[in-house]
Parts: sequence; structure tokens; C-alpha cells
Amino acid sequence: MKRSGARLLIEGIKAEGTKVVFGFPGGVVIPIFDALYGERGLRLVLTRHEQGAVHAADGYARSTGQVGVCIVTSGPGATNTVTGLATANFDSVPLVVFTGQVSRNMIGNDAFQEADIVGISRSVTKHNYLVTDRKDLGRIIREAFYIARTGRPGPVLVDVPKDVLTECSDDVLPQTVSIRGYNPVYTPQPARVREAAEALANAKKPLFYLGGGVNIAGAAELFGAVQKIVDVPTASSLMGISALPSAHPRFLGMIGMHGTYAANTAVQNCDLLFAVGARFDDRATGDLSKFAPHASVVQIDIDPASIDRNVPVAIPIVGDARRVLEDLLPHLRRPRHDEWIATTDDWKAAHPLADIPGNGRLSPTAVLRAISAAFPDAIVTTEVGQHQMWTAQYYDFHRPRTFLTSGGLGTMGYGFPAAIGAQLGNPDRRVIDIAGDGSIQMNIQELATAVSERLPVIVAIMNNGYLGMVRQWQELFYDKHYSGVCLERDPDCDPDCAHPDENCPAYAPDFVKLAEAYGAAGIRVTVEGEIQAALAEAKRITRRPVFIDFRIEREANVWPMVPAGAGIHEMMNA
Amino acid sequence: MRHVISMLVENHQGVLARISGLLSGRGYNVESITAGLIMDPSVSRITLVCTGDDAVVEQIKKQLNRLIDVISVNELTDAPSLNRELMLVKVNASGPQRGEVFQVADVFKAQIMDVGFDTMSVELAGSPEKIDDFLALLRPYGIAEMARSGVVAMERSRKSSVAPGATEQCKKSSDAHSAPVQE
Repeated sequence: MKRSGARLLIEGIKAEGTKVVFGFPGGVVIPIFDALYGERGLRLVLTRHEQGAVHAADGYARSTGQVGVCIVTSGPGATNTVTGLATANFDSVPLVVFTGQVSRNMIGNDAFQEADIVGISRSVTKHNYLVTDRKDLGRIIREAFYIARTGRPGPVLVDVPKDVLTECSDDVLPQTVSIRGYNPVYTPQPARVREAAEALANAKKPLFYLGGGVNIAGAAELFGAVQKIVDVPTASSLMGISALPSAHPRFLGMIGMHGTYAANTAVQNCDLLFAVGARFDDRATGDLSKFAPHASVVQIDIDPASIDRNVPVAIPIVGDARRVLEDLLPHLRRPRHDEWIATTDDWKAAHPLADIPGNGRLSPTAVLRAISAAFPDAIVTTEVGQHQMWTAQYYDFHRPRTFLTSGGLGTMGYGFPAAIGAQLGNPDRRVIDIAGDGSIQMNIQELATAVSERLPVIVAIMNNGYLGMVRQWQELFYDKHYSGVCLERDPDCDPDCAHPDENCPAYAPDFVKLAEAYGAAGIRVTVEGEIQAALAEAKRITRRPVFIDFRIEREANVWPMVPAGAGIHEMMNA
Repeated sequence: MRHVISMLVENHQGVLARISGLLSGRGYNVESITAGLIMDPSVSRITLVCTGDDAVVEQIKKQLNRLIDVISVNELTDAPSLNRELMLVKVNASGPQRGEVFQVADVFKAQIMDVGFDTMSVELAGSPEKIDDFLALLRPYGIAEMARSGVVAMERSRKSSVAPGATEQCKKSSDAHSAPVQE
């Protein structure tokens, strides 16, 4: 049977088991949207911006573990995906993004809506393709999904010229994929695994350091089993959060710039740092020359390029986190380290995360703790900034893959579309985007998507009227030069303003009215007594999104903080 | 330190751009990069000469290996290998200087490709070190123009029934290689 390229493309997506595609049409991809017309096996979600489509597919992928799929047009449609691709690439999220391209005979002619998206996206994708021959299309679709989800997952972009989409052929999708330059290693070398088990058994002060790889590999449950045997204090990176329940007695919290006292101090004092799926990012390590000075390092990672890169590694293990932990399990013995456990317990007890005062407005920590208590089973996404760090610190996570955040690239505007994708992938769960008033405006148009798809996503805006994280740095390191961070500012304001007060101009936009304008629910909370009622109301709303405008203390800071360039034991506090 | 890396890559459109983009995007220093077909027309060989300490070069190799289109990455720096480069040089030479350039070229087994009114064009193929030496000798005459191909490299064949790299004998052959080799 002869099929158009567009029809084969849809068949290829369906063959991967995908149920949802996120997209936005345009001239050259009309053939794909035509093939989607009346298609019952695939739900097309029309976002209001291509960046929203990619982040939504990303949220879908991170929360479900399946490949997220997008279809966008050429030129601006394609270039609008770049931030989303880079976000997913950094955090190892499996995506396949199909971009339309002008017809082959027009490529290179500066045709209308032409962009060299393969060239543009090369450094922000795991791999990309330009389909130059209709007969390659089936193979490329298969390879794209295979590359996206295997090894260290990542986004793959497939650029398809319009005339390839319309050309008919009687080909079928290939059954198998074989790429001679791509053979990710899943199974670890047994000798290395035994060495690692030995090192763990002999350590006096061992510390696990969990990264995003534990969540991605689906290794959280196995790690729980490992923990039952060895009972070792555990810290995580930002991406490793939710791999172990926050309330687990051995969990010390996140390490790094805004890490907990206990986690950072444990890193600086441990004699064995056992990293699982973590790549030692600079925000996690601080000054590398001062990092973990007494520790011998074990590092498990599926990407050989991540191993031994920033930190010298004594026992490198290339492999899938789940496979490695599986192999490790039979070799494990409990180390003798009761004193060390007592010490880390003392650090936890003596230096808990502090409550941040509201000073007449809301305390951000009170808001976060209330949301966390009201929605213990929620999937939580964040934007980027202070609210992101507060969520990482104060939210009580119970299950893996429930904390979705842009860790590597740090993309403001990620959380809301990601929440939409997560909600579509998890219709029975509540999904909450904890946002800042700055970040939420970076993809606020997706409110229309959430309303038209009837998604009850809750957006909790931690509204302080500032781009708060930059303001915090300006307060601490730039003599309170609040330059370009106040979102209430107008031309009558003092150009040297360094203190918000009650005479500040009114905040724009009014998020409650804005939500209502889109057909969503809007709630404003200004005093602590209203928090519970607002959350209860949000819980009752199940067929449309809810914006909650939490007016928090304007100059609240994230503590503790390790200044840039310092060692992670050099923590500043309020 | 100079490192020579030999890669086999898919002969696809854009592969060279992928590799050079990776190198520039990550700030690696590249001295030369050459690409050409091998016997299997679906595969190209890319030879890369780069500088950096061992840790940097280790990272370069790992990053290159991550590319889907890269089939294999092989460092030849310490392996017994053949490294050859081609140079075309146009040197200022008129009157008696012509004879001198002829003599130098003869010693290096270089070919005179063209003789003009006041310049001569010479071709030399050889190890990069040999080419450097030749160029140094010609420099006093004045170099009007110069083009170097960049290095192509290949591992040497084993010299006994024992696999190379496994025995003392092979180390010797590697030492021997570091002495000037006459073609």
C-alpha cells in the first residue's frame, strides 16, 4: 500500500506506543496535521507556542519515562524549540521533535520560513537528522526514538522537508534498528562492581550521592533495597530529589549552593562518596579543589564522558544505574559506621532548614509546607529561581519521578508547560507547578492550552514582585543594586531604590483576573490564615487549571547559600 | 602536548560539521583536521591533531565517541603509527638561489612542481616534523605562499606474530619511529 511520508510518520509515532503529541502547525507541516485529522489513536495537544510544546513533551517524558513527541513547522517553529531541546538535552530527557522543512529543491535558497535547524540544534540535541530521501524516513523515525530513549536519554530532532512528507511510497517501518556507532553500555564490569561493594563495606564514613540518573533509570526502588542492607547516609543533587523519600531517616537533603548543612558537611567529611547517576555539576560541588577532600569516589554513570570529568574517580563504573545496583546487591555488607550515622543525625538535628519569616506578607516556607502537606502524592514541577530552591529544600517527596525541574540549563518558563505534559501523562494525579511571578510569565500563554484540554494543573505563584534569585545576589554581593529585577517598578520610582515598601506601584498583571480571563480559576492569598482554604478550593477544582497568587515576603532569601567560587562547607546563613 | 586521533565516521552529510562544532563549542584546541573516504564508501576517516593535557584529550575522545555518527575513535599519539602530511610551498628564488633550493629539496626528497620568474613551488610529503624542518630551511629565502594538508595517520602493522602494544619489541618499534624516517 502506498503511503505519504506524513502518514508513515504518524504510523511511526504510534508504533512507539506514544499516545500524545504536542505541536503547533504551519505551512510545511500541514501534511502531518492532515494525517492527524480524525486520528483516534493519538491525542494532539495544540500548545500556544512551540517552546511550550517541547517543555510539555519534556514533562510528559520525565513523569512517565516514555518518549515525548512534538511536531512543529519550519523556520520560527523550529527555532522556537531550541530552548526546550537544550533543557531536555541537559537533563537527559527522551524527546523526538519533528520539524517541517521547506521542500528539498528550496533548501539553501532562503525560502520563506526556512531555517537550518539541523545546524542550529546540533549542539543542543543528542542527535539530529535531515531527511533527504523519502526511502530513509522509516529508518530515521525508528532510529530517532531508539536513540532518544536508550543509553543516556536525550532529545532527537528530525527535520522533514515538505516534499518528503507528501511523497508516496509503499515502504514499511523497519522492524529493527542497528547503528554501528552507537552501542550504549548497560551492564557494568563485574570486577568494578565487586570493588565498589568492597569499598562500601570498608568505609568508615560512606555517603551516597544520588543524581538524576537514579530517577531516569528507574533505579529508585532498587536503591531502596540497597539502602535496607547498607543503611548509609544519603545526599542528592537537585535532579536526584525524589529518588529517595525526603523523610527517609538517612536522607540528608540536597548538596551544593543551596544544599542543606547536613548534606554539604557530610560531603566534606565522608571518606567514601558513592555517586549514582550524578555528574558533579558546578552548582553541586562548589569550588572543586575544596570538594570532598577526604573522600575516595565511586561513580556510576551510563555516560562515560560524565565519569572522572570534574572529580577524580577511584572506582568508575560505566553502566545503567538500575543494572549496576542490581549487580551490586548480592555483594553488599553493612559497613561499621554507627558513629558516622550518629554524627550525620546530629548535623541534621542541629541545623534544620530554617523557617523564613513573612514580615507582614506570607512566609514562603509556610506556603511550601502547606502545599506539600495538602498534596502528598502530587507531581511537582518548578520554574527556575528562589521558588525552585525552596521547593527542592522544603517539599516532602514520597515517590520517584515526582519532581520535574530544569536543573542543568535552568530554564525559566519550563514548569508550567511541563506540568501540562505531566498532567496529560498522569491523568489521575494532581500536578502542581510551583512558580515565581517572573518565571510564570515566560510561558503564560499555555494557560489557554491547559484550559482547552481541561487540565486541573495548579500553579502556585510565589509572588514577591522581584526576579528574586538575582535580587538575592544583588543584595548579598552587589550592594543592593536592585537593577532590572523589580516587577512592580514604574517610571516614577526612585532609580536607586533598594527597599520595597507599601508605596510601591500595584503589581501587574493581576494573576487572578488573568486566570479568569482565560477561563481558569484564580485565587489570591495574602495572609497565612487563607492558605489552607485556598488549597482546599484548588483541590475541589478538577476540570480547569487554578492559579494561586501567594503574596510572599518580598525580600525573602534562600538559605543556606554557598557563594560562587567557595567550597560547599562555606555556607552563608540568614 | 600534541595528540593524533584517528576516527572512522559515517559518510553522512554534516558529519564534519558535527565534529568541528563539538570541538569549537567545547573550546578544544585543534591544530588540523582532515577527512577522506576509505575503501568502504559508507565510511570516512577523520584525522584530528589537537593540543591539550591528557585530561582534556581524554574528554575530547569521550565526547567524540558520544556522537552517533562516529564509529570508532583511536588515539595514535603513543601507538606505533604512520603520520604523513602534504605541503605545497612557493618560495622566493631567482638566479643562484634556485640552485640552493634545488639542493635542499633534493635532500628532503621534495618535488619541484613549478618554476617561475622569481619563485619556485615545491611539494613535500612526510611527517609533520620533517615538513617543519624543511620549511625552516626555506624560510630565509622568503616564503611567498604555503599550504599544508593536515595530518593523515594510520597504525603501523605488527612486526611479529605477537599483537602490537603487548611486547617490548613493539615499544622498540615505536622508539624507532621517533627517529627521522626516510621514504
